[in-house]
Amino acid sequence: MSVIDQSKIRNFCIIAHIDHGKSTLADRIIEQTGLLTSREMQSQVLDNMELERERGITIKAQTVRTVYKADDGEEYMFNLIDTPGHVDFNYEVSRSLAACDGAILVVDAAQGVEAQTLANVYLALDHDLDVIPVINKIDLPSADPERVKEEIEDVIGIEAEDAPLISAKTGQNIHDVLEQIVKKVPAPQGDPKAPLKALIFDSVYDSYKGVIVFCRIKEGTVKKGTPMLMMATGAQADVVEVGTFGAGRFIPCEELSAGMVGYITASLKNVKETRVGDTVTDASRPCDSPLPGYKKVNPMVYCGLYPADGAKYPDLRDALEKLQLNDAALQFEAETSVALGFGFRCGFLGLLHLEIIQERLEREYNLDLVTTAPSVIYKIHKTNGEVIDLTNPTNMPDPAEIDYMEEPMVKAEIMVTSEYIGAIMDLCQERRGIYQGMEYIEEKRAVLNYHLPLNEIIYDFFDALKSRSRGYASFDYEMMGYQKSELVKLDILINKEEVDALSFIVFAGSAYDRGRKMCAKLKEEIPRQLFEIPIQAAVGSKIIARETVKAMRKDVLAKCYGGDISRKRKLLEKQKEGKKRMRQVGSVEIPQKAFMSVLKLDDE
Amino acid sequence: MKKELELYVHIPFCVKKCAYCDFLSFSAKQEEVSAYVEALAEEIKGKKEQFSDYCVTTIFLGGGTPSILEGVYTASIFRALRESFDIAENAEITMEVNPGTVSEEKINMWKTCGVNRLSIGLQSVDDGELKMLGRIHTYDEFLTTWKMVRKAGFHNVNIDLISAIPGQTKKSWETTLRTVAQLQPEHISAYSLIIEEGTVFGTIYGEDGERICQKELLSRESSMPEVSDKDGNIRKDRQILPLPDEDTERAIYEITEKILREYGYERYEISNYAKPGYECRHNLGYWERREYLGLGLGASSLIAEHRFCNTDKMDVYIRLNKTVDPDGKKEESKKAVWEKAEEVSVLSVQEQMEEFMFLGLRKTDGVSEKSFFETFGVQIDTVYGETIGKLEKERLLIKEKGQIRLTERGVDISNYVMSEFLF
Repeated sequence: MSVIDQSKIRNFCIIAHIDHGKSTLADRIIEQTGLLTSREMQSQVLDNMELERERGITIKAQTVRTVYKADDGEEYMFNLIDTPGHVDFNYEVSRSLAACDGAILVVDAAQGVEAQTLANVYLALDHDLDVIPVINKIDLPSADPERVKEEIEDVIGIEAEDAPLISAKTGQNIHDVLEQIVKKVPAPQGDPKAPLKALIFDSVYDSYKGVIVFCRIKEGTVKKGTPMLMMATGAQADVVEVGTFGAGRFIPCEELSAGMVGYITASLKNVKETRVGDTVTDASRPCDSPLPGYKKVNPMVYCGLYPADGAKYPDLRDALEKLQLNDAALQFEAETSVALGFGFRCGFLGLLHLEIIQERLEREYNLDLVTTAPSVIYKIHKTNGEVIDLTNPTNMPDPAEIDYMEEPMVKAEIMVTSEYIGAIMDLCQERRGIYQGMEYIEEKRAVLNYHLPLNEIIYDFFDALKSRSRGYASFDYEMMGYQKSELVKLDILINKEEVDALSFIVFAGSAYDRGRKMCAKLKEEIPRQLFEIPIQAAVGSKIIARETVKAMRKDVLAKCYGGDISRKRKLLEKQKEGKKRMRQVGSVEIPQKAFMSVLKLDDE
Repeated sequence: MKKELELYVHIPFCVKKCAYCDFLSFSAKQEEVSAYVEALAEEIKGKKEQFSDYCVTTIFLGGGTPSILEGVYTASIFRALRESFDIAENAEITMEVNPGTVSEEKINMWKTCGVNRLSIGLQSVDDGELKMLGRIHTYDEFLTTWKMVRKAGFHNVNIDLISAIPGQTKKSWETTLRTVAQLQPEHISAYSLIIEEGTVFGTIYGEDGERICQKELLSRESSMPEVSDKDGNIRKDRQILPLPDEDTERAIYEITEKILREYGYERYEISNYAKPGYECRHNLGYWERREYLGLGLGASSLIAEHRFCNTDKMDVYIRLNKTVDPDGKKEESKKAVWEKAEEVSVLSVQEQMEEFMFLGLRKTDGVSEKSFFETFGVQIDTVYGETIGKLEKERLLIKEKGQIRLTERGVDISNYVMSEFLF
């Protein structure tokens, strides 16, 4: 298929609320278009990172090309662009959408429309995509497709009368979806002879090929030898190879022309040079203007990552460097902590991104990590007029030098069933949320709008939300800039020594409460030692809370009966094992768990 | 010269299981007892060839309640032992005894069998505390037993006591200590109650012996099983009391050594006190890592740096020790003794060193630097110098005259100290 008829190409993505079956539908489409046999199918071929499969979420956008022989007898080329499903990766989602001409909206036949369903549909409509609703999981006993159809029409305002009713799990009615893709997704536009203009919607690093750029060709043609130029980063390189996406592998081809989706390799060594959203053009014949919408994604959340075993510091650095090759949004720089030794201050798009990186480091690189409390970026306006971005509480200047501080705010949308509205409003209130309004999207469900400080949601907001709504609330947010706020640095002293890794910035009005909870939590986590240990919370030189870990109690294994020594050994080994997971801070041993436990302080 | 060997013989039967007990024991049915004793005798006889070059220095019949056995059973066990092992003339032969299971006839049989040391489980002189523990006897019933064994001429007797019983006070513990010390047994074991998983107390107080408040305890009262005495009368007068608080427990612990010293007892091990010369040789053997062979259900052994133990399932044990054709037995006797065991661990030199330390430190004398060197051919400081130095600094260990031993504080938190010696 070297010459491809634009009218036979369909570029589309699948959008859905998390867990509504997006990846399963993708699997079915790939399977039923015959590119893969059932035997080759691994469940959810698109989510190829181990972690993604385990959590059932898509982190990096993936793309696959398949060929479909439609009922009209023609063969169509489908480019299915998978989109990440979480708010942290919103920007990646928006770039993936920009590469498509249509979107399949998957809605769970039992759950109906959810917060991310809405958010994703709005994003798709923003990109002028035609949205095709599909109602999934009709095999569930609780499925109510008719109600969900109405909901889609009422809440989203798109036609859903002939939405295919499918079960991606069983494969039921997938054919309807394929036919609608042919009929309803418009064929791409663009002139293959115009100057090259291609949108980067993802890039990965491969140790053999270097950076592999995933792109949608909007105008023109690219082939081996084309001198390409990234218009935003300015990086230049000659194209080594172009091709399309098989499932899980790359298929080289002659050229990519307007309307096509594919990959380009050039000997680029760093994904940082190929930013998602950037425009690729031909350096020898550049297009007049880049595609709109490029922005550099910046980390929103920072935390310290330390190897549990100090000797593993170089390993952690290597691992971070490798992950960064594939994840331009990950940032890190070396830092030292008195309590934790050498480590890195890392920047993430959000909490999920943080958790994913942390888990990948632990799993794929076999590292044991200690994570410090996540922090957002505070803007500190000093009395001398200087403004600094504070990402590490330890670097907070002396309060006397501070004129005022600002913290980032988010616009939050929480969708919840009516019986939990009260509980969720309480929660938002506790987290300094400012109520903006509420809309009932149907009789029993409402969307709550709040403005919330980002630092109130990066700890345990999501957990608290789920536990207080028995899992029924869903949540989405977007950044809305900075706001002046009364903030203080809360320090924790263990045995009178400040533990830098436990310091954090907190709203002045919550300092007392937070300090008290932290001390109580630490008291639970720090095992008794040879002497009594005071745990104190302090703001500046003022102690605002205190707990005491009593000295070790009597700890004797009285009887070794009938010479059963192995039992005693097991007990001693358990004790010893516990000690290994400790961090020596001054004369006190603090379990690694304690550093993490203070992140979860919600008491309901 | 023959190698020395200690024997442990397990009798897993009791009239009734106590509330704190997590040893391998259960109430006995007559037919089961007889089948067990038969199997035990077979097991003993099967060891004859393998241990022909050993001389037995101590025997310990533990349980359970060995005194529950009728005299004929005890006799057949000892017959098997004497047929199969070379037992030293001065061997220490101990039998555990619980009040309420003793008769003059049995005592005389023990004498005949050569038992020369008795260990009586009393636990407390307070009848309320005894009930709390789920014991089947009163203090008076113990006294009857005590008088009987003294009259029969047992001059080496231990009395077992338990401290930190729910509801116990410093005063009631002191009463127990003084009352017992006045009887002048040769040996007193004073254990501190440990709440074990899978026991009645474990259910009530939580597995780790967490201290819970009175109110919560009351709510758990319903889970307390009914208690019946040895005549089968159900006692409903037991109530759940809280465990002594930390300070009481510490006080209880501290007065024990002081009071017993007044009566002429020396502490020679974390929980054991004796008149000079009456230390339990068998138990010291465990701390000094002498070789011992465990016989009976679930019994553990240490032979040639192999630790292993018998099955703890009664049906399996009986099946394995059925009388079989003599040829089969002979065949088997050529194999290493641990080959039949379910779980065997061969101790590395490192593990031997660890054990040397954590077992040896239980003794009041501690471990000797010289004997460490003689055993392992390397100086103790080369291996453990740093650990010992650190623990000395923390005032948990003392190094004196070639001995390393726990300080008082070290005894208090001996698990912590001992765990430091693991690699």
